[in-house]
Amino acid sequence: MAGGTKVGGRREGRGWPLLSPAVIVLGIWSVVPLAMTLWYSTRYYNLLDPGRHFFVGLRNYDLLFSDPGSLTAIANSIILVASVLVISLIVGTALALLLNAEFPGRGAARLFAISPFFVMPPVAALIWKNLLLNPLNGLLGWMMGLFGLPVIPWFSTAPMVALIIIVSWEWIPFATLILLTALQSLDSSQIEAARMDGAGPLARLRYIILPHLGRPVAIVVMMETIFLLSIFAEILTTTSGGPGDATTTLTFLVYIRALLDFNVGGASAAGVLAIVLANIVGLFLMRSVARSLNR
Amino acid sequence: MATLELRGVRKTYGTGEVVKGVDLSIKDREFVVFVGPSGCGKSTLLRMIAGLEEISAGELLIDGVRANEIPPDERELAMVFQSYALYPHMTVAGNMGFALKMAGKPKAEIAAKVAQAARILQLEALLDRRPKMLSGGQRQRVAIGRAIVRNPKCFLFDEPLSNLDAALRVQMRTEIAKLHQELEATMVYVTHDQVEAMTMADRIVVLNGGRVEQVGAPLELYRNPASKFVAGFIGSPRMNMLEVAVAGHDGAAVRLTLPGGESLAVPARDALVKTGARVTLGLRPESLNLADDGALRGKVEVVEHLGAEMLVHVRTPQDDLLIIKAPDEARIHPNQTVGIGINPARSCLFGEDGLALILRVDALA
Repeated sequence: MAGGTKVGGRREGRGWPLLSPAVIVLGIWSVVPLAMTLWYSTRYYNLLDPGRHFFVGLRNYDLLFSDPGSLTAIANSIILVASVLVISLIVGTALALLLNAEFPGRGAARLFAISPFFVMPPVAALIWKNLLLNPLNGLLGWMMGLFGLPVIPWFSTAPMVALIIIVSWEWIPFATLILLTALQSLDSSQIEAARMDGAGPLARLRYIILPHLGRPVAIVVMMETIFLLSIFAEILTTTSGGPGDATTTLTFLVYIRALLDFNVGGASAAGVLAIVLANIVGLFLMRSVARSLNR
Repeated sequence: MATLELRGVRKTYGTGEVVKGVDLSIKDREFVVFVGPSGCGKSTLLRMIAGLEEISAGELLIDGVRANEIPPDERELAMVFQSYALYPHMTVAGNMGFALKMAGKPKAEIAAKVAQAARILQLEALLDRRPKMLSGGQRQRVAIGRAIVRNPKCFLFDEPLSNLDAALRVQMRTEIAKLHQELEATMVYVTHDQVEAMTMADRIVVLNGGRVEQVGAPLELYRNPASKFVAGFIGSPRMNMLEVAVAGHDGAAVRLTLPGGESLAVPARDALVKTGARVTLGLRPESLNLADDGALRGKVEVVEHLGAEMLVHVRTPQDDLLIIKAPDEARIHPNQTVGIGINPARSCLFGEDGLALILRVDALA
């Protein structure tokens, strides 16, 4: 063991000149912003009050946790991430199953099903806000009117639902793509064996296909969570976190603190909270993914 | 316990016909092997029996009842796939009991049947493992166990041994043959390996290009092939083929002129040959021997020593390659010129259409 460490140490020593540029860049890239965020989170630093800049200890955190808006933001983040995850996985699985079946025009259908993923988030949000969900000239309002249903002003009565719809629309293609490729790797003779064993379509889905999708689902959950925690453009272009704080997520709270209130210290404290939350979620996800990968 | 009957069964994909009218009847408790080169339609035929492929034309009867429209799980057949097709996230016991679970059988009954099959296949110690943790031979046994548990009318095997290494394949071959005797079940087995067909089958069905070339017991096919294709496919090393001319014939024998000019009398009753016709003489490697005064001469190219016997590859001046099976001795070397004697008793004659001209009624004697 000691010998091994020695050899390892010598190797590290020898490789260091070659390794160092990458390690230094990575360090600057990730550690410096983190360190500066931590540093600012302990300071009074308001851009509207440029002369005063001093150490306040944990007061920024104290203010953050005593503000009911912070808890709302955490709750909103969790609601958004969890809802979009559930919707994109369910709809994504259904779409993947559909697109895996043989039918004429399958190639074009696959392309269209994937295409929302290529639309930039602000553009997608604006299309939904102005062309689809708008109560006066939106497509959805018109269609609901055809059936005699009341028109809903989505962004004022159910802003979070509207946001979840938009973000889900953006992320369903990702889930579909990953799950479709996973379905294609399913050995067709397993399905045939199940057919001969008397498993109907639902039993085949329950006992053969869904277990096969366990691993890709874990990957989708992990990837989407990372990206969904930092959803920003969709909120800015549709609701700007409102009405009130109904759609203010933790990410958006940082933005409000930093660029609307010019309170760098408070924004940094909220940023640290976001980092902690992301790490808790990340740790939990890594564990569950690792477990499903080891199976 | 079941009989299978195929009546003019065909399979077409678009405009291409893969199976071109197969008539066959499989008796109860029979072990029938479909054999043929890849692309001959043998797997498609099996999959049609299983119900995994639709039958384009013709009829399939199971126990005398038309089964074309019966879905695969209601035909009461069990299939063992080439890739085993085990369910990777279920244990061995879960795999074997899956069909019974789907049929809604009580847990105790499933456990009892799984345990019984596991005992037959010596899988008792592995019941809690997942397929990933098993060797190739064990996975194969689980796949067979999954079939046994269902107590099917007929077992279908689709090239089940082709993913195993050579030693294991020989062992599994005998295990499957033993299983056939123990279970007293009807079995249909598909393979491209004529050795598997010869060693396991009660009857072999040789398929070529979607058609049945010949159906018969292994020895019957070996000694009395109906066509040049069957003669070349069954038997290892292959039957030697020589282009010869018919010099004349009487009621008991056909006189042939060999490529070197020597003549040979082949015993044959009422052969359908004309004097002067070009025919193909088929000679098994064991019908040839090394003899200095033999009818043919040639140069040794390769000698394969198998211990008890050797295979001598000889090139004749007419550029025919003959393989001779002889007792192994060290005196034969490459590039040596040897004489080849012919024992015509079990030789075959094929016409220009590739069909046999002699029927050896004594073939099985």
